[in-house]
Amino acid sequence: MAIGSAAVDLSGSKGRQRRERTVKTIFLAAGISSLVISIAIVFTLLGKSIEFLTNVGLDRLWTDPHHWAPRVGRFDLATVFMGSLLITGVAMLIATPLGLGAAVYLAEYANPRVRRVLKPILEILAGIPSIVIGFFAVQWIGPEFVQRISSQADAFSLCAAGVGVGVLVSPLVASVSEDAMRAVPNSLREASYGMGAKKMTTVVRVVLPAAISGMVAALMLAASRAIGETMVVALAAGAAGDANYTADVFEVGTTVTAAMASLAVGTDQVATAGGEGAGQAVNSLFFLGLLLFLVTFLLNVVGDLFVRRIENRY
Amino acid sequence: MSASDVAISRKITAERALTGKRIDVTGLAFQVVLLLCLLACLFFIVALVGTVLVEGIGVFEDRGTDFLSSNLSRISDRAGVSQAIFGSFALALIVVLVAFPLGVATAVYLEEYAADNVLTRIVRLNIRNLAGVPSVVYGLLGLAVFVQILGTNRGAGGGLTGGKTILSGGLTLAILVLPIVIITASEAIRAVPQSLREGGYGLGATKWEVTRSLVLPNSFAGILTGVVLSLSRAIGETAPLIIVGAFFGTFFTTGSAGFFDKITDSTYTALPQVIFQWTQEAQSEFNTQLAAAAIIVLLGVTLLCNMAAVLLRNRYEKKW
Repeated sequence: MAIGSAAVDLSGSKGRQRRERTVKTIFLAAGISSLVISIAIVFTLLGKSIEFLTNVGLDRLWTDPHHWAPRVGRFDLATVFMGSLLITGVAMLIATPLGLGAAVYLAEYANPRVRRVLKPILEILAGIPSIVIGFFAVQWIGPEFVQRISSQADAFSLCAAGVGVGVLVSPLVASVSEDAMRAVPNSLREASYGMGAKKMTTVVRVVLPAAISGMVAALMLAASRAIGETMVVALAAGAAGDANYTADVFEVGTTVTAAMASLAVGTDQVATAGGEGAGQAVNSLFFLGLLLFLVTFLLNVVGDLFVRRIENRY
Repeated sequence: MSASDVAISRKITAERALTGKRIDVTGLAFQVVLLLCLLACLFFIVALVGTVLVEGIGVFEDRGTDFLSSNLSRISDRAGVSQAIFGSFALALIVVLVAFPLGVATAVYLEEYAADNVLTRIVRLNIRNLAGVPSVVYGLLGLAVFVQILGTNRGAGGGLTGGKTILSGGLTLAILVLPIVIITASEAIRAVPQSLREGGYGLGATKWEVTRSLVLPNSFAGILTGVVLSLSRAIGETAPLIIVGAFFGTFFTTGSAGFFDKITDSTYTALPQVIFQWTQEAQSEFNTQLAAAAIIVLLGVTLLCNMAAVLLRNRYEKKW
């Protein structure tokens, strides 16, 4: 008698096994769906971008003088990328001190009761829709903040939009870097106090170096958010549709994202107007989208590597 | 002098002796600067809410709930957000119906079923990256896939989604928030202790039975938090809606169409889209007062969602 037939089969009824396999397949399909989304994004962007590049001469992408005016076929990348660079720069200038300062205070100085109240408030600020920040940038940041710093500033300016984006990403910086600092084990702080170090010395020389990769990650993620931010810029920077090249943050301008939004607002008119240049204005959306995707992808991957470094260390 | 007073005065004496009676000025200054950073963040919230309230509250004082129940109009005294509220509600409904099951299923797969192999690692990395893709890019995906490919004739109508419809917009937003749902649901599922699962297996339950009756009920609060958060994100998103073609203008009418007709109608709008439209108008009644009033409605909804999420998390956070 074979041993196999003597052993009791414990795997349950056929129906139960079948259900188990069905459920597993469903879950696997769900898991794969996220990959499908990524592939769809890349293929959509690539396909239309290739269509765009084959129909538009490369000289159109770097016009002289620099000028972004998609409806007349001037797709100057320098204009929109300079705008994105300036906005991100201003935003990080605001978000780095505010976000990191708030994080250090919450993680190291605030007593637990204060932290329990303030952390949720910061998280709520992180949830304010960007269109609202855009309105705030137009109504308050522009006139009350930017025009007080520089009397030459326009009512709408890259600076106002940049400060708005900075306000938008500060809570993100604060939240991620606070998590990093709280992940630093207390034994490090106690060792520092044991050596007779003051609180500030402990924070600056022990905690911050230990949490540095988390803080860098926070800044990378914030920069990626700032580059991808659309509505604040579309509302507050003043020249979303057609823009001249500018390197002055106090002038009006546009960014990659705001240019896309304003192109899309006019898609109907462009599409019905017909003609070769019109179709390409819509396709230029996808080309800008591809470039934007690549830049943010790079920042996110590098930021992610830093986050994983703290996760692995302690 | 009571005993505790003596203890305190001894502590002070000991501290003076150790710090040499000096106050740590740099340390104090450092702490003050940090506090100022935090207060600056909070100040911006106060200024934002203040600006919006000052500009927008007048509309509610003059017209009360009439603003909420009126349709869009070219006349500023009659313009309201009822169509926008309907649009936002319908979009949110589609987002929940699509992103919730798909997101939770993906999270269950990653946490309970997936073996630690290359495919799983790629899926995980991919989800983290999807969470960081700018929302306009999702708009482009929606435009290409839902509006143009699934709604045939370059978005003019027909096909599965009917082109530029609430359905297309909702599906786009659902894909946008999917990574958030997956990540928060994964964290909630991971927080369920292994011993609970082992107890289930010990009783002879299969993997699905353990997942259904032990893992999911115990991670439900965390999953719900993620869904509420993603909902508030979806309600506030403007850029993707602009790209997939939500209505841009000051006036449209849908007549007395039923719910399902409206969902596949090619004219729809949502709260953030109306705010964007109004800010682009030249008259200050539209670009300031009405826009601010609509923002009060939008902020009310999203902040309620976020507060609900934070409270849910704090209330049901289990300490195992």
